[in-house]
Amino acid sequence: MRTLLIPVLCAVVIVALLPLIAGYIVLVERKVMAHMQARLGPMRVGPHGLLQPIADALKLMLKEDVIPTNADRLIFWFAPVASVAAALVAYSAMPIGPAFQIADLNVGLLFIVAVSSLGIYGVVLGGWASNSHYSLLGAMRSAAQLVSYEVAAGLALVSVLLLAGSLSMKEIVQAQLDQGVWFVFYVPFGFFIYLVASIAETNRAPFDLPEADSEIVAGYMTEYSGFRWALYFLAEYANVIVVAGVATTLFFGGWLRPLTRYHDHFPGTHVELLDVVPAFAMIALALYCFRLAPRQPLRVQKRVMAAAGVKCVLFAGILFAALFGSDAVREGVHGAFWFLAKVGAYIYCFMWFRFTFPRYRFDQLMRLSWQFLIPLGLVNVIGVAVAIVLRERWDWNPFFSLVPTTIVTLGFAAWLTADKLELSGTDEDIAAESAAVLPGSGE
Amino acid sequence: MVKRGGNDEDPPEKRPGDESVPDASSGASNVLQFPTSLKKVEPEAAAEAAKPARRVPGSAPAREAPPAPAPFDNELVQRLRARFGDAIGEVTIDRKQVIVIVDASHVREIALACRDDEKFEMLVDVTAVDWPRRERRFDIVWNLYSLTKNERLRLKAHVTVGATVPSVTSVWVGANWPERECFDLFGIVFEGHPDLRRILLPEEWQGHPLRKDYDILKQDTEWVREHLGIESGQ
Amino acid sequence: MSAGNEAAGFGTARGVDTTVLGENEIILNMGPQHPSTHGVLRIKLRLDGERVVDSECIIGYLHRGVEKIAEHRSYPQFAPYVDRMDYVAAVSNGLGYCEAVEKLLGAEAPPRARVVRTILAELQRIASHLLWLGTHALDIGALTPIFYSMREREEILKIFEKYCGARLTTHAFRIGGLQYETYDTFEYDVKRFCEALAARIDEYETLLTENRIWVGRTKGVGVLSADDAIALGVTGPVLRASGVQWDLRKAQPYAAYEQYQFEVPTRENGDAYDRYLVRIAEMRQSRLIVLQAVEQIPEGPIMARIGKVLKPPPGEVYHSIEGPKGELGYYIVSDGTIQPYRVRVRPPSFFNLQAFHRMARGAMVADVVAIIGSIDIVLGEVDR
Repeated sequence: MRTLLIPVLCAVVIVALLPLIAGYIVLVERKVMAHMQARLGPMRVGPHGLLQPIADALKLMLKEDVIPTNADRLIFWFAPVASVAAALVAYSAMPIGPAFQIADLNVGLLFIVAVSSLGIYGVVLGGWASNSHYSLLGAMRSAAQLVSYEVAAGLALVSVLLLAGSLSMKEIVQAQLDQGVWFVFYVPFGFFIYLVASIAETNRAPFDLPEADSEIVAGYMTEYSGFRWALYFLAEYANVIVVAGVATTLFFGGWLRPLTRYHDHFPGTHVELLDVVPAFAMIALALYCFRLAPRQPLRVQKRVMAAAGVKCVLFAGILFAALFGSDAVREGVHGAFWFLAKVGAYIYCFMWFRFTFPRYRFDQLMRLSWQFLIPLGLVNVIGVAVAIVLRERWDWNPFFSLVPTTIVTLGFAAWLTADKLELSGTDEDIAAESAAVLPGSGE
Repeated sequence: MVKRGGNDEDPPEKRPGDESVPDASSGASNVLQFPTSLKKVEPEAAAEAAKPARRVPGSAPAREAPPAPAPFDNELVQRLRARFGDAIGEVTIDRKQVIVIVDASHVREIALACRDDEKFEMLVDVTAVDWPRRERRFDIVWNLYSLTKNERLRLKAHVTVGATVPSVTSVWVGANWPERECFDLFGIVFEGHPDLRRILLPEEWQGHPLRKDYDILKQDTEWVREHLGIESGQ
Repeated sequence: MSAGNEAAGFGTARGVDTTVLGENEIILNMGPQHPSTHGVLRIKLRLDGERVVDSECIIGYLHRGVEKIAEHRSYPQFAPYVDRMDYVAAVSNGLGYCEAVEKLLGAEAPPRARVVRTILAELQRIASHLLWLGTHALDIGALTPIFYSMREREEILKIFEKYCGARLTTHAFRIGGLQYETYDTFEYDVKRFCEALAARIDEYETLLTENRIWVGRTKGVGVLSADDAIALGVTGPVLRASGVQWDLRKAQPYAAYEQYQFEVPTRENGDAYDRYLVRIAEMRQSRLIVLQAVEQIPEGPIMARIGKVLKPPPGEVYHSIEGPKGELGYYIVSDGTIQPYRVRVRPPSFFNLQAFHRMARGAMVADVVAIIGSIDIVLGEVDR
């Protein structure tokens, strides 16, 4: 009974909270965007727009549900559900801290990659069922893009698997604890490839071609409105969290805090020195909020700042109290803190890229994957394999063995970007491609 | 002029692009040099600065009427006349702009000569003017420009309703749309145009709005009723 | 020269054949409601996968019969209408119209008016280019530059508002000069804006000019050769990006341009990237013109004495200025009455848009929006 209870509880928490979390990620994204673009962002609904996600969700639920006349109604209905379902199922193998995981599958990583790829069915079917050219173009783009970048992402993951020797998410983290280093420092190129590929897989800018609003209106979502549209939106953000979670687990030590090898205790207790850092960071944040509060121009803003401060104090209290609980409690709470902090940082990078870069063109996107990321990924995997052989056979220092392979990969990347990666294609390429489609254009 | 509130030490930064731009003809040294941190203008200083700019009464020159259009002749006109004879009609100069009346049926050859021999490479515009009381009711106007000589030339042909005018799209591809517009709004048919359809108005529209007998309140009520579902677009 | 014209067949869009489609072909209607056709342009694309096989621009959705209205208004009455054509560069439109009527009258605006006109027209050019920059970047997927460029444009609009009370459709000038004197801190405002602008343009360039994705998306896209551009009647930055150093401000100076020194930025390749660079360089040059002009605004009257009722003697005139988008011409025929007999507007966007068909051949769907953006059209002007 107990073995079932906790996973079910976790599952309920995830399904119940995820829409809310996604909504607030959108709010944060809009605020970050506004900050980068010299404006305020949502300010109307609630203090500093804090209730905006709830208002948006309400609006979307109450909106008229339009289904195009010529749409395939069943598939049109099913597609967004498939997208969301795939995104949610992927969470079942994601360890959010050592204590919070629905199921520790021994093929966890494979499961996550497989299930989250299923989400593409939602996109392709939705685009097809809409019976609109824009939707169809979006769906086709999405399918091609996912297939290409799944390969690159897979190669990046393989490099980590070689190091960890396991597919279980928990064991990958454990391997990083045992080897005493986050894998991002062992395989920086693996991380880089995964970063790029994960942005592309989740259809985020600069790879947001399937929904490129300025080209194909909204891609596969063009004909969707109201709650169905919201489901797609939810799926997109859920996927963002999934890839961020995978990246955190694989490359950033999951729930491990930095400096995992440092275990000095406070004298006379079993509380480690470094474990108090999150609590103090929270308190510092709270003090900052309290200091800003009286300077806010409006009363409502003062209160919001104060409330944020109180919330930080609360978190600090929890983090602090957890230190004196049992090992399981301490690791659970602090693990979740570090995991979420890393996921947040990763998602922030996503946002940052989105507001900085223009969008790739479709052929450039493909070239980037097939001509740059995948060859680079292959070289990287071979390099890591060689390094592991050196380590196992001849007892090389693991760091030392990975340095030359990384340098080789770097050189390969430089070579690729210097000569091979003509993103826009050469003139002859373009002329040849044009000639292929344009009858009688050989001017 | 304006009180300088900032420090003059910092020279305004010069961009590479700026270097190549020479100073203005007069007051040169001041052009790019003003304080970088001006915050606000003292009101009295601003008023002071603005004072001399007030209207100085009565020194504006009175207008002289432009000379009436007069016959015009030069080498270009002579060359055209020699080559096309009667196809070149009257040549006038109006407000320093040369207007050549041409025979509508020879426009394409004249245009070709203008483009290749006289170096009027660019067709700036094709348009028409409606003079309903005249027998040859429409003026078709081609505005040419020579990049080489920095000169303009205006060809003009008088045509009757229903007469066709040779299209110059084979001379300047850019004539495509303006000729379509003439067809659309005046109903002038350009012969040899590859795609003579309405361009601004809907394809089913009846009538040519820029003709003088098309009243400003007039519309194709049938079309409006059928396509917009309303009685009137006014 | 003639080589470009011999290939005359290319520009003659015969309309997209929608009846016989290849196996992988679809017809895609972009617009008139589409996020990046800049208004109500409709483009019919025949696509093979994502590649454009044929294209056709369908315009007229914003046709208001401006030229017909002109025949039923007196000369001054029509002036506000021209602001509504290229509504993002109303000052330039007004300048062209007022100068054309002045030419028709045989009048000339006094020096002070001409300098103020120059300043405002150049500010308008900067504003127009800023709006173009933001929307063009947005089309290509860069979300941020538009907010920066709008921030600067706002400063220009504030200057317009202080000067004449209106921000967008300004009707800033009158036939014969200016209706309004400059306001008290006009010079100061203009200078302060120009001073800040140089660094701001650098900021946009940091975001875009050497950005690998931006370069990839615009370089080699929508190429228009110089010969083609001339044959198509393309003018303005699009022509200059194709390597033709031609600018009416230099070639046939109007207003007070002959007094100022500036360069005409030109590029050679004629692709979207070059058009971007040309416009960026033009903003810098415009800024220099404004700085030169504002330093010495001559004193004196602001209106020529042209009488209360404008009755130009019969005749006709064609006058054109270098608008932000190209040669903006007015062909006005007078029959001696108070109403123009015919006003023909030669809109730069109309002619530049014609080149779209040429530029879009073999491009991809994503390039289509980049090309439209790089032409910089305003449908109010195309359709009139």
